[in-house]
Amino acid sequence: MIKEFLKGIVKENPTFVLALGLCPTLAVSISVINGIGMGIAATFVLIGSNIIIALIKNSIPERVRIPCYIVVIATFVTITELTMKAYSPALDRALGIYVPLIVVNCIVLGRAEAFASKNSVMKSLLDGIGMGVGFTLALILISVIREFFGAGRILGLNIVKGFEPAFVLGMPSGALLVIGLLLGFFNLLKERKK
Amino acid sequence: MNIAAFLTIFISAVFINNVILSRFLGLCSFIAISKQTRPALAMSLAVMFVTTMSSIITWFIYRFLLIPFNMTYLRTISFILVIATFVQFVEMVIRKIAPPMYRFFGIYLPLITVNCAVLGVAVLNSDMFFIKNKAVAGSFIYSAFQGVCVGLGYTLAMLLMSAIRERLELCDVPKPVKDFPLGFIIASIMSLGFMGFNGFRF
Repeated sequence: MIKEFLKGIVKENPTFVLALGLCPTLAVSISVINGIGMGIAATFVLIGSNIIIALIKNSIPERVRIPCYIVVIATFVTITELTMKAYSPALDRALGIYVPLIVVNCIVLGRAEAFASKNSVMKSLLDGIGMGVGFTLALILISVIREFFGAGRILGLNIVKGFEPAFVLGMPSGALLVIGLLLGFFNLLKERKK
Repeated sequence: MNIAAFLTIFISAVFINNVILSRFLGLCSFIAISKQTRPALAMSLAVMFVTTMSSIITWFIYRFLLIPFNMTYLRTISFILVIATFVQFVEMVIRKIAPPMYRFFGIYLPLITVNCAVLGVAVLNSDMFFIKNKAVAGSFIYSAFQGVCVGLGYTLAMLLMSAIRERLELCDVPKPVKDFPLGFIIASIMSLGFMGFNGFRF
């Protein structure tokens, strides 16, 4: 059981190993706080949709399963969207259109199709938590690098004095560069291990 | 409604806020299908068609269904369902009436349902061209035009990327960065170039 939870964090990390759901990862990783907010929102959607899909998997007709999954996922995304608007409008403004776009995040649909539709509720719940935590950790890693080198801050606090930040890391171009180098780095680690 | 507004939408959607290189929408398909020019072009044309049509359809849904009944909170669900249904429908029609075209586009169409660019442009339109749940003047034309321009921006980035990657096939690159990571690094350099268009703002 614990295996289902742990695999999402390292062995099948959604961002670095499966390379899924990169659009929001790159767009919101400009600061750590946005990264954490997005991670929590996606984790909630993953857990909720995994549970519901595992519950109703036997009554969904094979041919229309994808639209069914999308409806379930979109419901949870709407819940997240409205909750975020009500309780942390600042975060909602910072994440912008990327909150509704969790619907088309390949991680959520990918786990529904590949895991929750074949496994029990308990396993799907753990898989959802694991994948969500893995996604959040990846987001934190990317956003720490970008916020530190791009603005000289972490979580909005100035850490180093007299450090000239490279503004390009805060731009879209920097996001693509960081993810490219990180993916290369993890590939290198994998090859060393063999 | 005037020419300047259209020009602003065009330059902003194609160059300054390019869907892929600055908004990161549709990144998965951008990295996965840009290895050769022909499939990249097929995918881009399919995306352009779907972004345009879904901009039009979702505008009607938003204006005549969601706003009058005060249900704008159902935006995400209704948009994604309409897009998924529309894409499925187009796939069926193409398969029936134009088999050669189906072989050209076929496998890319289902992928478009989960392409963030399509839902992204629908959401952007409803954010930009509706103020306090009221359509701004000319909002329908602007929405449709933005759909076309986002598709054009996608096509531009896709064609540039696939041309670069076709040449890279022959190069000797370090093994860990082969394929995916190198794709991102190239995209980063392209995005740096596109940042130059920021000065275009007017």
